[in-house]
Amino acid sequence: MCKCTEHGHGVVRKRIVAEGLKSMPAVMQALEWKTPDGCATCRPALNYYLLCAWPGEYADDKQSRFINERAHANIQKDGTYSVIPRMWGGVTTPDELRAIADVADKFKIPTVKVTGGQRIDLLGVRKDDLPAVWADLNAAGLVSGHGYGKALRTVKTCVGSEWCRFGTQDSTGLGVRLEKFMWGSWTPAKLKLGVSGCPRNCAEATCKDIGVICVDSGYEIHIGGAAGLHIRGTEVLTKVATEQEAVWVICAVTQLYREEGWYLERLYKWMDRVGLDSIKAAIEDPERRRALYDRFAYSQTFFRIDPWAQRVAGRHAEEFAPLARSMELADA
Amino acid sequence: MSIHVSEPVRWIDVGGVDEIPRRGARRVATPAGDIAVFRTGDDQVFALRDRCPHKQGPLSQGIVHGHSVTCPLHAWTIDLATGEPTGADAGKGCAPVAPVRVEGGRVLIASRAVTPA
Repeated sequence: MCKCTEHGHGVVRKRIVAEGLKSMPAVMQALEWKTPDGCATCRPALNYYLLCAWPGEYADDKQSRFINERAHANIQKDGTYSVIPRMWGGVTTPDELRAIADVADKFKIPTVKVTGGQRIDLLGVRKDDLPAVWADLNAAGLVSGHGYGKALRTVKTCVGSEWCRFGTQDSTGLGVRLEKFMWGSWTPAKLKLGVSGCPRNCAEATCKDIGVICVDSGYEIHIGGAAGLHIRGTEVLTKVATEQEAVWVICAVTQLYREEGWYLERLYKWMDRVGLDSIKAAIEDPERRRALYDRFAYSQTFFRIDPWAQRVAGRHAEEFAPLARSMELADA
Repeated sequence: MSIHVSEPVRWIDVGGVDEIPRRGARRVATPAGDIAVFRTGDDQVFALRDRCPHKQGPLSQGIVHGHSVTCPLHAWTIDLATGEPTGADAGKGCAPVAPVRVEGGRVLIASRAVTPA
């Protein structure tokens, strides 16, 4: 895992659950950590393992999170931040676009860029301004897109059967439904989804961590794609007849990945390590699938919350304001 | 003949230790640039120029562990007492130390660190 411990990720995860270890000091003591408070590699991993194992019980340690997840924005090379509001399934409205434009004007945000995940990125925001920027976005109904997190990112969609001549199912609707149910969930590494309304695959679902290809007879569910440092197409996990079953399968496989994945291990790497067959076995067993889905749904009751709104309301205000500004300083 | 009298250090109160998260840091904005003030897990306080010697990343935004901070931009690890990179990046520059002390729970920084050269 790192130089602080002899143990690997798998052992640490197993013992957290088996021994009921519910805090970072408890883990470090039970597993004989060699450093007093870990390092920048193990602390974020332990924080994730604990919140995954004990939703609603473990108190998140923000000092063990990388700055992006601590500040709920993406640090840029000059120390400013970028802000990406969620656009459910890539769908927006004139009112949302006006709110984003107004925020960009009001805070003199230098760059507004469309992302690859069908959202809008506001780049060059001063850290002190983040809570005020979020307050204005919240007022228009916009919430965090978690574009900075080891978390559910976007669910990319095409226009599907609502508009497209070739669409076989409501891919936009399924994408929105998935994103509204799954947003806020923390995962071992970033998790990107895509839903395409037909095999022409305009949402590029077959290079996502989890992708859906809609066909006349239902929904093909794919996993293990990537288009980053490594590029690879997905493998077919299963095929289901209804949208409801698609949601169950996708949430169940997400939970299995949440419980088994090593911190920073993308879904395709987890799949390579444990084998597609072991994932299929879990998903094809109705009882295991149901239990995985239920654990995901339970966890989501704690995490499906807008972190921006919490900070607009004053949470962790010390994260955003300087300790002091020189004009306020006087000799001691 | 001239007599050189060294100026006594003036200390400036920048806030309370308890306003800095344990295993964390806060920024102090000054005309001479930001200073990062760190509080470690064992409640010691350190201060450095808030610029990583690598690519000027704001060290105040890093993860604090032991008496080190890991820069948020490219994960260089900096020794809080010396401002010098450790491990593979040792010897590649340093983040200047700002003189700091704690008195009655208050963090005091030498005034020369907060005024432009």
